[in-house]
Amino acid sequence: MVKRKKHRILSNSPSDRLFDIFNIAVMIVLLFIFVWPLWFVVIASFSDPYAVWAGKVLLWPVDFTLKGYQELVKYRAIWIGYRNTIFYTVAGTLINMIMTVLCAYPLSRKDWMLRNFFMKMCLITMYFNGGLIPTYLVLRRLHMINTVWAMMIPCALAFSNVLIVRSYFINSIPGELFEAANMDGAGPFQYLFKVVIPLSKPVMAVVCLYYAVAHWNDYYTALIYISNRELVPLQTVLREVLMSAASIAESMHNASESAAMLMQQKQELAQSLKYTSIIAGIVPMMIAYPFVQKYFVKGVMVGAIKG
Amino acid sequence: MGKTAVSKRKQPEGRKKSFWERLKYDMKRNWPLCVMFLPVLIYYIIFSYTPMYGILLAFKDYKVKKGILGSPWVGFEHFERFFSGYNFWGLMKNTLGISVYSLAVGFPIAIIFAIMLHYLTMNKLKKTVQMVSYAPYFISTVVICGMLSIFMDPVNGVFNTVRNLLGMESVGFLGVPGWFKSIYVWSGVWQGMGWSAIIYISSLAGVDYEMHEAAIIDGATKLQRIRHIDLPTIQPTIIMLLIMNLGNLMSVGFEKVYLLQNDLNFATSDIISTYVYRVGLVNSDFGYSTAVGLFNTLINLLILVTANTVARKATGESLW
Repeated sequence: MVKRKKHRILSNSPSDRLFDIFNIAVMIVLLFIFVWPLWFVVIASFSDPYAVWAGKVLLWPVDFTLKGYQELVKYRAIWIGYRNTIFYTVAGTLINMIMTVLCAYPLSRKDWMLRNFFMKMCLITMYFNGGLIPTYLVLRRLHMINTVWAMMIPCALAFSNVLIVRSYFINSIPGELFEAANMDGAGPFQYLFKVVIPLSKPVMAVVCLYYAVAHWNDYYTALIYISNRELVPLQTVLREVLMSAASIAESMHNASESAAMLMQQKQELAQSLKYTSIIAGIVPMMIAYPFVQKYFVKGVMVGAIKG
Repeated sequence: MGKTAVSKRKQPEGRKKSFWERLKYDMKRNWPLCVMFLPVLIYYIIFSYTPMYGILLAFKDYKVKKGILGSPWVGFEHFERFFSGYNFWGLMKNTLGISVYSLAVGFPIAIIFAIMLHYLTMNKLKKTVQMVSYAPYFISTVVICGMLSIFMDPVNGVFNTVRNLLGMESVGFLGVPGWFKSIYVWSGVWQGMGWSAIIYISSLAGVDYEMHEAAIIDGATKLQRIRHIDLPTIQPTIIMLLIMNLGNLMSVGFEKVYLLQNDLNFATSDIISTYVYRVGLVNSDFGYSTAVGLFNTLINLLILVTANTVARKATGESLW
């Protein structure tokens, strides 16, 4: 009995049976609610726009077509967005990781006298900040507005992630290693890069993913700091595509016959782009997701340990 | 290297050293840590503490040419203007309404979901639901809002299809002020419930199973076990997360509200952060915008401190 999986133990009372059946039913419904919206976008992107518009597409693609994807390939703005977002994500995450380690490691060293002071200094920034305009003015003063730096430098460090890494350093790296490295004459930098970081791969992976996802999904930063069309990230382009589809549909309602014809063409284009652009936005994540999702969970657990 | 010798001589002999002496000693020994921390320090000074100094703007009539210090003081004029403005109560009502609604719905649902998942007897289903449930968390707000506008389309959105099947009339959900909060909150539940549940699932896994065995022998049903064993055990986790959530009560996510906002639902969708953005960056009323933002931050801080104090007094659990 001890070896058996804990929750397999079923008691046979009728109320427990009822509970189990109810539970399974709810979970199956939830599974559907979680999966269907995403599934719908996928099948709609492969279906004929008219069939989607008429509400015929529900569980499988109708009139399979790749037209939407052809339009997507021709749409230049998306590719610019893709290029920029990939750059922001890779370079931004690299900066994030370097800064996070440089912040977390000193703050994990109990024998550092300044630790508590700097810890407090960092914690304050989690709960109190200058707000939109003062931050904007600082960036303007630094001439960062409308440059790639605005997308990566102001968010170079997220202290909640530092806390995760720090508590891993404190709780999972044995203190004896430090003594041993010291004996062997390794300096703090050598110790950090040759011992601590290789031993912290799991937590590094988690935090790296957190940062990468944040960069990939970032819309706000570009909204505030970027207006140059050559620098906008994918999310900004996606927003425009999704909005234009909606606004064309709206203006179709109250347009004259001849104008409606022209609009219909536009509408068709917008319709087919709508679903494929969503796919373009989430597909890298969805491909990576099954491989990385176990790390996400680990990250929440590590973060939950009070440092 | 002499370093080992230095670290061996950690204990000061005899008299207690003064603060400066200790600092000097520490600097000598731990200077590499200071070097490592230097970029972080510079970053925080430039991007967190300089903007904090910029809060002075809230009390000034900002003139670009004169800079922050040179602009004339106006005292609490911006705040008075905000408090007496025609939309002050509307903004407060929308901001608090949305956040209280999402807390009241999202917070318990995550706990219930975690418990149900924990007690699920089919292991395969359990793994699948768990994995699928936190996928939406990683979808960008832009895409979520795009999907919402697809599903809530007044003509062919799936919600209206279902309504029509039930004999109800179609609704242009995103254009009706009365629907805005519900759309915001329930799509948030869809997106975040799996993710928020993870922490409860992991603390439920830590519940001592012997208690459950004893309860089973005594004939307790699952519901009784949840109520008397699981909930009390995960209570500290629940309270911690509740305090943290309360601390964010006034910081409703700007992005999602901004993206879902349109002229038609403006009456219920205008919140403090979108207002700060509009008057600040769109209308370039820097001083006023800063004042409104500061007000928001301070209320947040106040709620956080209050929640923490109350929780500490009532249950002994707190963030600090």
